[in-house]
Amino acid sequence: MWRGGSVVLLSAASCLAMTASFYMTPSRIVITGIGLTAPNGNSLAEFRQNLLNGVAGVERMEIRYMGTQLAGVCHFDPLKYQKKKEVRVGTRAGSISIYCAREALADSGVAWDSIPKDRVGIYIGCTEHGNVETENEIYNVSKFNYDTKFWSHYHNPRTVANNPAGEASLNLGVTGPAYTIGAACAAGNMGLIHAAQMLRLGEVDFAICGGVSESIHTFGIFAGFKSQNALATHEDPQKASRPFDLARNGIVISEGGALYTLERLEDAQARGAKIYGEIAGYHVNSDASDYVLPNPTRQAECVRAAIKRAGLEPHDIHIVNTHATATPLGDIQECEAIRSVFGEGCPDTYINNTKSFIGHAMGAAGALELAGNLPSFDDKVVHPTINVDNLDPQCALPNLVLNQPKQVARVDTILNNSFGMLGINSTLIVRRFAA
Amino acid sequence: MTKDECKKVVLDIIADIAPDEDLSNVKPDVRLRDQLQLDSMDFLDIVMELRKQHGIEVPEKDYIQLASLDSCAEYLTPKFTALGK
Repeated sequence: MWRGGSVVLLSAASCLAMTASFYMTPSRIVITGIGLTAPNGNSLAEFRQNLLNGVAGVERMEIRYMGTQLAGVCHFDPLKYQKKKEVRVGTRAGSISIYCAREALADSGVAWDSIPKDRVGIYIGCTEHGNVETENEIYNVSKFNYDTKFWSHYHNPRTVANNPAGEASLNLGVTGPAYTIGAACAAGNMGLIHAAQMLRLGEVDFAICGGVSESIHTFGIFAGFKSQNALATHEDPQKASRPFDLARNGIVISEGGALYTLERLEDAQARGAKIYGEIAGYHVNSDASDYVLPNPTRQAECVRAAIKRAGLEPHDIHIVNTHATATPLGDIQECEAIRSVFGEGCPDTYINNTKSFIGHAMGAAGALELAGNLPSFDDKVVHPTINVDNLDPQCALPNLVLNQPKQVARVDTILNNSFGMLGINSTLIVRRFAA
Repeated sequence: MTKDECKKVVLDIIADIAPDEDLSNVKPDVRLRDQLQLDSMDFLDIVMELRKQHGIEVPEKDYIQLASLDSCAEYLTPKFTALGK
């Protein structure tokens, strides 16, 4: 390798030692900022308060071709960070990304103007992107006898898969890598995992990451779940999302987003940043068994691998935030996976579910659900799973926190599960920060 | 349709596609891009809305005719008139 005009030759052994050192002592990655919009809150404080007070965020919404459906709708103000024209030209996912990214940056306290923007990465998980905009354009040209000369010139920039991250990069002036990670409903965790990997590789020095979803604006998602007999119905919207309850009848689809600022520990400490927690471990795997049916064996493998990577044992995990979406079979299978990992020997492990409040925020789910639990490091309260009137015996797990928040002795670790179609599983573990 | 009415049609379209802009003092003889935050995609929007709302086609070679309100009026008024508007 060239150094100042002279040739420095490294032996193969030296190279191997350097490589091993790089990978065996990875940088510690910490969370330093959170921005979110959920159906029951537009900030972490509001979201958390509603999770502790049992306030859900599901409402009735008119869906094209389908009439009134239940959905988790966010009520943030896009104009807080965008011009009207940007909202008109862009996408809902773009607006959610921009809102969450700006809120996270403000929360992080970072001196944004002084950060080299080419060293910032934006990594946003999405279940899907482009359905909303494509459906809108087809509806539009249907009014013109399907004449494609009425098709919008904004269709392509709106529907490219990187749109949500790209709109954030435009708004923030970020010139580093900005792209989305397609991982079905495992994507929210994936945004954080990918950011941690990129920070450790030295690809970027500052990351904005997590997940977003605009899925309530596409009738196709609703119609697809309905055809699959997996769309929730209930006369009371607030009780419609009911994982683990015997009367659960499917998913409440939601929009939302949660983006985090992640930094290497030394960088965060150098600027005196507030630290929410440390990325302790993670794992991603695939079922390779079915398009839609989950596979509890692979889910359990994913959870075990994440715990092992964190250097922990199952009994060291204090909160398990489940992915459970309130489908009859899916909940049982995740419970089977959790039971196989945690069994009866984990008296300090508490289990909850956030979708019972906000429905299934798809690509944002994992990121939002982690955010809702992070304050437990401070208040040692585990938010409950609400709407469980009759616990399904097949979902009965030790320390499942039902309907009321639970004060516990300690919360040092949070394990967050997010699983998705085509059998992608992601588990992320965050630990209380200790220098 | 008079030329002033034609300018009003164009301004109404611009109000929708550039909602942050103050259109109260647009100079008719100055290029729109020189006094408003409009980019090439916005001009395609103007072309699209003329097509959607009024059935008027503006071929690409004539886009330059949409440079200012005055040139819009010169170019578009005969088209509106031909459509009986």
